[in-house]
Amino acid sequence: MAIFRMSPPFLAGTNRVTIQMLQVIFAMIPAIAAMVYFFGPAVLINISLALTVALLAEAILLKLRKRPVKPFITDGSAAVTAILLAVAIPPLSPWWLTVTGVLFAIVFAKHLYGGLGYNPFNPAMVGYVLLLVSFPLEMTTWLPVESLADKPLDLHSAFQLIFYGQTNAGWVADTVSGATPLDTMKTQIGQSIAPAYIVNQNLFGSLGGLGWEWINIWFAAGGIYLLYRRVISWHVPIAMIATMFVLSGVTYLFAPEITGSPLFHLMSGGTMIGAFFIATDPVSGSTTVKGRLVFGAGVGALTYIIRVWGGYPDGIAFAVLLMNMLAPLIDYYTQPKVYGATK
Amino acid sequence: MNPYYQIVKEGLWKNNPALVQLLGLCPLLAVTNTVINGLGLGLATILTLVASNGFISLLRNQIPDEARLPVFVMIIASIVTIIELSMNAWFHDLYLILGIFIPLIVTNCSIIGRAEAFAARNSVGPALLDGLMMGIGFTAVLVVLGGMRELIGQGTLFSQADLMFGDIAKNFTITVIDNYRGFLLALLPPGAFIGLGLIVALKNVIDARVTKRQTAKVEASAEVATSS
Repeated sequence: MAIFRMSPPFLAGTNRVTIQMLQVIFAMIPAIAAMVYFFGPAVLINISLALTVALLAEAILLKLRKRPVKPFITDGSAAVTAILLAVAIPPLSPWWLTVTGVLFAIVFAKHLYGGLGYNPFNPAMVGYVLLLVSFPLEMTTWLPVESLADKPLDLHSAFQLIFYGQTNAGWVADTVSGATPLDTMKTQIGQSIAPAYIVNQNLFGSLGGLGWEWINIWFAAGGIYLLYRRVISWHVPIAMIATMFVLSGVTYLFAPEITGSPLFHLMSGGTMIGAFFIATDPVSGSTTVKGRLVFGAGVGALTYIIRVWGGYPDGIAFAVLLMNMLAPLIDYYTQPKVYGATK
Repeated sequence: MNPYYQIVKEGLWKNNPALVQLLGLCPLLAVTNTVINGLGLGLATILTLVASNGFISLLRNQIPDEARLPVFVMIIASIVTIIELSMNAWFHDLYLILGIFIPLIVTNCSIIGRAEAFAARNSVGPALLDGLMMGIGFTAVLVVLGGMRELIGQGTLFSQADLMFGDIAKNFTITVIDNYRGFLLALLPPGAFIGLGLIVALKNVIDARVTKRQTAKVEASAEVATSS
């Protein structure tokens, strides 16, 4: 029997997939707590449902593909996909909406392309776009934040709405839903109301959308934690946020009648979760340092363009998928110079 | 093996224009949102394929080799024009739906592909059969894909059958799922790509199974031969 003597230092590896993914989930907790505070417990039902479906689908697909189930199922990547998708769709979505999106994300966007590490597109965003394109009505039925709702929902009625479509009191999702701040901004600019007036309504807070600003702040805080733990690098989020800020700033300066303020755009919708948690996906994004800057800038620019001139109130998902498509090209043109090599 | 049987097998399965050659994807992906649309375009393609294969095979000794492609294209274009005008006259509503894709049959690569690869080198009989079988193979995929997308997209089958079969077909529509919410993606172009991908994958799985079974059989018989 051979005894291998190992020498110190004995360090736990910090760059394993499982650890990274757990850090990502951990960093999302405050923002999810904020979402529960503002939109009620329905968010938690969605997340649990998405997690269950995602882990089941992952296990079945791994089995079908004859891959070892245990190491892959515990790496947490399917869980991250599920949570990202679950917080992106409206809290009171019917159960089949969540299930369809998660299944498509795991089966089509991830495993048909070869599983973790091989997917050219961000699975959560593929699922989201599938739902947005196929079920526009359900996907735009958001809840107003709790303090504005005339009918706050408890856990029980949220459960009934998600699984049976209506509560004991006969409410359907339409009874309690309302437009999001980004939605309102877009529609009312379309009716040529000045953005400076629009933000005076009670749907808006002092920074962005009421409630949404806190969710964005907590996502940003989680992102900064991930930066600190070196799970993600600063290039993508900073490039994305800076690009959005500059673009919306210039537009706001010269054409204030068509856009909300830069602060509004950074603090509404999915900006911060997009910047820190979605665009930073190491698999589907750029891998070179310069490439990450280009990638982030592209996501920021496309998001802003879609928000202001596009057909949808928010554009994170489309922007990320479009830039995913460009990622190999960006990587090709931003290869760092090998030390000592001459061209 | 009987050469005619070989032609049938090539067209329907082994060398299926839609699943193996992946030719004619433009109409294949664009119009297959219902069974009837797929069937309509499929029938038009069968007609074109049979006629063009027949004519080109008849004329193969007259066509100078250097100028064969322009001649093929002209023959195919004339045939497609005849079919287009006839559809406009007799199936006008279907013609309106299939629209640009009827004249686009001219550019369907599988037709000129068969002309070049088969009709120009074989006598009329096999050429006609090849056109028919390739056409049927293509149509089968169009119909299956159309059925998949129609079922998932709007929960029905054979909707708008009256466009093709006249008023008696008004109630051909089978509503498979009542009060279906609709799944828009299946009816949009991405649905066509995903659907075709799944059908190609299914074909490959079946082929792999068949090959596996055959090799197993060969090995088993070889074993029997050695042991006896």
